[in-house]
Amino acid sequence: MSITNTEPIDPKVYQEMGLSDEEYGKITEVLGRHPTYTEVGMFAVMWSEHCGYKYSRPILRYFSKYKEAIDGAGLENAGIIDIGGGYGVCFKIESHNHPSAVEPFQGAATGVGGILRDIFTMGARPIACLNSLRFGSLSDARNRYLFEHVVGGIGFYGNCVGVPTVAGEVYFEECYAGNPLLNAMAIGIMKHEDVAYARAEGIGNPVLLVGSRTGRDGIHGATFASVELTEESESRKSNVQMGDPFTEKLLIEATLEALKTGYITGIQDMGAAGITCSTCETSAKAGTGMKVDVRKVPLRETGMTPYEIMLSESQERMLAIVEKGHENDVAAVFKKWGLHAVVVGEVTDDGLVHVYDGDELVAQVPAKTLADDAPTYQLKTSEPAYLKDVQNYDLSKIKEPTDYTEALMKVLGSESIASKEWVYGQYDHMVQTNTAVLPGSDAAVLRIRETTKGIAATTDCNGRYCYLDPFMGAQIAVAEAARNLACSGARPIGATDCLNFGNPEKPEAFWQFERAVKGMAEACDFFHAPVVSGNVSFYNETPEMAIYPTPVVGLLGIIGDVEKRCTSEFKNQGDFVILISGTRVNDEEKSEPVCELESLGGSEYLNTIHGLAVGRPPKLDLDREKKVHEVVIRAIEAGLLSSAHDCADGGLAIALAESCIMGKVGAEISLLANCAPAAALFAETQSRIVVSLPTDKLGALREIVDELGVESTVLGKVSGNKLNISVNDVSLVSAPVAEMELTWRTSIGSKMDE
Amino acid sequence: MAKVNVYVTLKPALLDAQGKVVQGALENLGFDSIESVRMGKFIEIEVNGGNGTLEQDVDEMCRKLLANPNIENYRYEIVKDGE
Amino acid sequence: MKFGVVIFPGSNCDQDAFCAVRDVLGQPVEYIWHQSTDVSGFDCIVLPGGFSYGDYLRTGAVARFSPVMNAVQDFADNGGRLIGICNGFQILCEAHLLPGALIDNNGLRFICKHVNLRVENNNTDFTNLCSEGQVLSIPIAHHGGNYYADADTLKKIEDNNQVILRYCDSAGKVTPEANPNGSLNNIAGIINDRGNVAGMMPHPERAVESILGSEDGTLILQSIVERLMA
Repeated sequence: MSITNTEPIDPKVYQEMGLSDEEYGKITEVLGRHPTYTEVGMFAVMWSEHCGYKYSRPILRYFSKYKEAIDGAGLENAGIIDIGGGYGVCFKIESHNHPSAVEPFQGAATGVGGILRDIFTMGARPIACLNSLRFGSLSDARNRYLFEHVVGGIGFYGNCVGVPTVAGEVYFEECYAGNPLLNAMAIGIMKHEDVAYARAEGIGNPVLLVGSRTGRDGIHGATFASVELTEESESRKSNVQMGDPFTEKLLIEATLEALKTGYITGIQDMGAAGITCSTCETSAKAGTGMKVDVRKVPLRETGMTPYEIMLSESQERMLAIVEKGHENDVAAVFKKWGLHAVVVGEVTDDGLVHVYDGDELVAQVPAKTLADDAPTYQLKTSEPAYLKDVQNYDLSKIKEPTDYTEALMKVLGSESIASKEWVYGQYDHMVQTNTAVLPGSDAAVLRIRETTKGIAATTDCNGRYCYLDPFMGAQIAVAEAARNLACSGARPIGATDCLNFGNPEKPEAFWQFERAVKGMAEACDFFHAPVVSGNVSFYNETPEMAIYPTPVVGLLGIIGDVEKRCTSEFKNQGDFVILISGTRVNDEEKSEPVCELESLGGSEYLNTIHGLAVGRPPKLDLDREKKVHEVVIRAIEAGLLSSAHDCADGGLAIALAESCIMGKVGAEISLLANCAPAAALFAETQSRIVVSLPTDKLGALREIVDELGVESTVLGKVSGNKLNISVNDVSLVSAPVAEMELTWRTSIGSKMDE
Repeated sequence: MAKVNVYVTLKPALLDAQGKVVQGALENLGFDSIESVRMGKFIEIEVNGGNGTLEQDVDEMCRKLLANPNIENYRYEIVKDGE
Repeated sequence: MKFGVVIFPGSNCDQDAFCAVRDVLGQPVEYIWHQSTDVSGFDCIVLPGGFSYGDYLRTGAVARFSPVMNAVQDFADNGGRLIGICNGFQILCEAHLLPGALIDNNGLRFICKHVNLRVENNNTDFTNLCSEGQVLSIPIAHHGGNYYADADTLKKIEDNNQVILRYCDSAGKVTPEANPNGSLNNIAGIINDRGNVAGMMPHPERAVESILGSEDGTLILQSIVERLMA
């Protein structure tokens, strides 16, 4: 049977679905006829940026693993990193920005659900979730609403499925008011022999649809993610899927158990573009085809058309290809867990996806064309006009604060710096009883049972830096993530990225994208942390404004002996407080400290105290950065350190304050500076880590420092219950730890509970 | 075919935290004459065939599962087909 | 001696409880599927935490009608040791194996954190290794852990020493500030009047190794072993 005599599709129809005239032309060329309505829908969704990466693909080749994969064996399986002992880990971060902007609770919940399915569909048990969130300021009621419900949705889903949410980040900046960002990351662990593949192997093998019933939710969600948000988006609420974490939990257990039968030859989760995506991708990867009958799909609603069934993004569903004759064995496992597993079709040898509506053939398209041959575009880039102005801002005209303690308190209480306990307190971060470092430290640490090892994980991106210089900002995101890992004692093993940008069809936004990807790719290569998975989210803009370019990196590291893990709070009165840094701070010989004025560029201090996002991001020397990490990791391995905390947002003063607050102890600190004291306190100079250690261990630390050729400076001692900081022997900050704690800990909660 | 509407509410003795939040929100919107807000659950049940024990059955459903008599009250109405 | 850990659809602390018993207590333990109707051979049954049946309708309301619950009821009636943790506690209340009910936290948000608990009665099957008034650090993780009972029931369980754990501050003082969820009388854990069934919102199985930040939960679980060996 084949499709003939099709009528041309009204241009309005395919344009509304997001296809250009040119793309429509290409479809007719491939098919040798006009497409059916169902087929146009399938092409529109698979060839959207969200599924087909039609704009980003040429740029993503900067990532070495990605390039290898598309030039060679395909992306399959690229995401698994060996951690020894027969185990592999896989991890991925993905955006759910647009759904969360429209319906924050369900948008966030289904974001978590989707990323978890990406993990267990590979045969891995999900062991942790992280998330990276951005909103407008909490002084606005709409932003509070979005924040409350995004956090609620993440908790609702993650808590129920029993996967701990262990780390992440939350930033508040005006540019995210119209476009909040929700990037959800998940980590899974598996024995190498348990890896599952998303391939439709074996001609004649039955194709099973498992999990939830299919309804009309989320139709064209993928194309939805590929347009700018307007008021009309509000009215598109039917595009947002509803999450059912209870079913997801059953699906996790059933899938992992069913894979153990050995009868599943291929499996893929259903996210964007639902049955369309999973059928054509699994077929394309195996070089096979597939025949499915939409009338066999268990439905939740009556009267659904083939078009709707093929494009539905109903959640908690998977497509499984099963060895012929064993479909009942596999179905029995799903049935045990109370889930559907229904044969909807079979694998064919002709490379085509055939969609039947009962006896009627409604679509017949080459799997590979749909899955892999989305047209790609080389978009124009141009350096944004604003850059020169902001970069050349004269930082020397910034006024010094009259009261440094007050300035410190203000920065401590700023929404982006303040404790995120209000957030992670709503997430179950301990279930599975592997969380060895709880949220709140630089990176979360999970022990790996049956080994001595630990996995450290973090997400990072300073969007303001990327706005001021996307290349450098993206490099710093990776460097800071690696620094977070180092503070727990871990060396990086792999990375995942979530690239959040504005409209790529605007040359300035695409320039930001290209620069950021280049910076991130180079930095990841440098840290031997290959980018093994990722996601691109464009069109994060409203008619009023675009977001800061926000290339979020999720970084994973390994600690050889998890018992040695380190945390960021000061622990013992009398310990030395030392700054490990790439460059000299207090030059004791020359008494000529480095001026850090430039490193105030893009700082939280400028943002909070002066309302400015100007300057250039701090300089970064990757080589020195890595050496600083190595010093700290070796010192942790040698058991020298009581604490390690990275200097990042808010600078040295905030790093010290946080170590005091979390340890409920004070410190006496003296700094030297040959420029404005505010820079000494709040500049966000890179490659710096504040450590504390017993005084008798200083010699051993210095040996490691010397061996690697970086700098260490004794800043003072852990002592009393106040943080006192003098600069050039003038006392500038004197803050009781209890007061700092109150400001830092309650800043967000008090705004949310008003 | 009969339709049954079941309403489950927290007993008056219990603090209804959700109701309190909603009341506050309504007051913020300027509805200042609100005496109280109590939240509850509304459950729609469709029953095939109407034998004589429907009322008894629904009461048992409520007592056994739909409401927790320790903390909740329930009431129901049976809406016959076509009414 | 054999422990059993029940798996309901949606349980998610079953494995944690299982590992705590096997690896920390060093006792034999098996899973019990929710459709099982026979629990013979077990000396202690754990109803673990999680979101049985998605917590839909009310926490624990659907799970209590799982096939296994008839057998669990008989097990308890015959004096078997039964402990419900978090969602397990909610199920036991719904099943009327323990008095009272657990309603939404008064802050209406999920709370996950370490809390301090004061041991109110150390002469029970579940607390005999603790000293009276001892402060334990054990995490909570729940949305509906707000203990409620009508005045008569509350008086009865208080008079009868059935409250075994209360939320307190680090010095052991039972204060409103130390109450995370609005529970009446800061109640965190209770036993039935016969003393063989316990329910607690905090998760002892999450506090059994130093790497998890506390080992105080071991005292609760090991107390059961102690009593069974006696």
